[in-house]
Amino acid sequence: MSKFIDRINQLARKVPTWVVYLLLTLPVALLLFQLVSGGLGVDPAKRFEHETGELSLKLIVLGLAITPLRKFLKLNLFKFRRAVGVMSFVYVSVHLFAWVLIDMNLRWAQMYEDIWKRPYITIGMFAFVLMIPLAVTSNNLSLRKMGAATWRKLHKLVYPIAVLGGVHYIMVQKVWETEPMVYLAVILALLATRIKWAPKARTAPGV
Amino acid sequence: GALGGSVAAQESLEPNTWEEITSYNNFYEFGTGKSDPSDNAGDMVTDGWEITIDGMVDNPGTFSLTDLTADMTMEERLYRFRCVEAWSMVIPWNGFELADLLNKAGVQSGATHVAFETAVLPDVMPGVRQRVIDFPYVEGLRLDEAMHPLTIMATGVYDRPLANQSGAPIRLVVPWKYGFKSIKSIVRITLTDEQPKTSWNDINAREYGFYSNVNPEVDHPRWSQASERVIGGGLFSARQDTLMFNGYPEVASLYDGMDLSIEF
Repeated sequence: MSKFIDRINQLARKVPTWVVYLLLTLPVALLLFQLVSGGLGVDPAKRFEHETGELSLKLIVLGLAITPLRKFLKLNLFKFRRAVGVMSFVYVSVHLFAWVLIDMNLRWAQMYEDIWKRPYITIGMFAFVLMIPLAVTSNNLSLRKMGAATWRKLHKLVYPIAVLGGVHYIMVQKVWETEPMVYLAVILALLATRIKWAPKARTAPGV
Repeated sequence: GALGGSVAAQESLEPNTWEEITSYNNFYEFGTGKSDPSDNAGDMVTDGWEITIDGMVDNPGTFSLTDLTADMTMEERLYRFRCVEAWSMVIPWNGFELADLLNKAGVQSGATHVAFETAVLPDVMPGVRQRVIDFPYVEGLRLDEAMHPLTIMATGVYDRPLANQSGAPIRLVVPWKYGFKSIKSIVRITLTDEQPKTSWNDINAREYGFYSNVNPEVDHPRWSQASERVIGGGLFSARQDTLMFNGYPEVASLYDGMDLSIEF
């Protein structure tokens, strides 16, 4: 197992990040192609909306997994964390534009009402808004200007974002569906790995 | 048919394709995804189907579908179909008026409601095995709604027998109500003197009322009902305004004196 992880770590060091950006662009490119070529079935708008939303949530989960993967498995994918985060924002933006354009067909008044009146839309929109500062500061210049500590603090926003995203997905369903609940469970588990259990134990006398 | 909605409205309706009608369904017995029913419903056997008619009727019993429909007047009805999820289709049903069936059964005085029940066939229904909701799926109408000439029992679409995923071999169609009222694959019809339990109302009474009339002014907490996406419409133009009673204003008198925002 550890040999296998070493090999992945070696490979990760060699792969440039643009390759990851490119790979993560492929699913949305394919979906867009299917959307215009009629490959998304009878209700293409809903299907496109759903797929991009789910992909964005997958990337958020992947982004949250990077730290625990290093901590527990010594698997180091840190280099790609920004790419994963930025692409999750790209997907959530495409998801939002799909809602505006091909689902709601630019019915602004109804959309405005829906954002305030439908809890799952309110929550989804709130999560999107919280992602904006993270996307804007996802560059070295911002990191330098803000200082690493402040930057890290800001980017902890991804924790509530992930929970809101998971809750949004559960609430879209009419009944309690397994898949969205698995997403939220995984998100909560990944957040739990960040809890520092009993930090005072280290300084206890005799240790 | 001349009775299938107002004639003017009918002429402007463009039916959805068989493919659209049979590949995009809600039929939780076969799974909760839109394509689950078309993927999973193939194993349901509808030959030899029987329906029990009981409760407050003069002629109760269990009847073969063939016998039951033998002397019914079959017609085509081109109806709008509006899902509570805010999408819609136009479907050319084949069927007969429910009133004819109820008259044949002999509704006793004092009966006020009609209850319907869907088959529960765990061997061929993965959604039933997973118990995604409580089964059997049940629905109900007030007797005057059931007797309205727009209310039909459908056995076909496009002059073909219903596809299993569309509710074969026989289903209810109430075009002015959200689609979930139009219960599928019916095995029991019961006349009663009280408002029957209905599945979605039972699952979430705040979101789904007993009446569930299509009403653009009464929002569902989850979906605005002001507009709907027409399945098969263009990517940028599929959304249209939703019509009161789904464009069947002739049923309005059934609800005279009722506050439809309370009795939704």
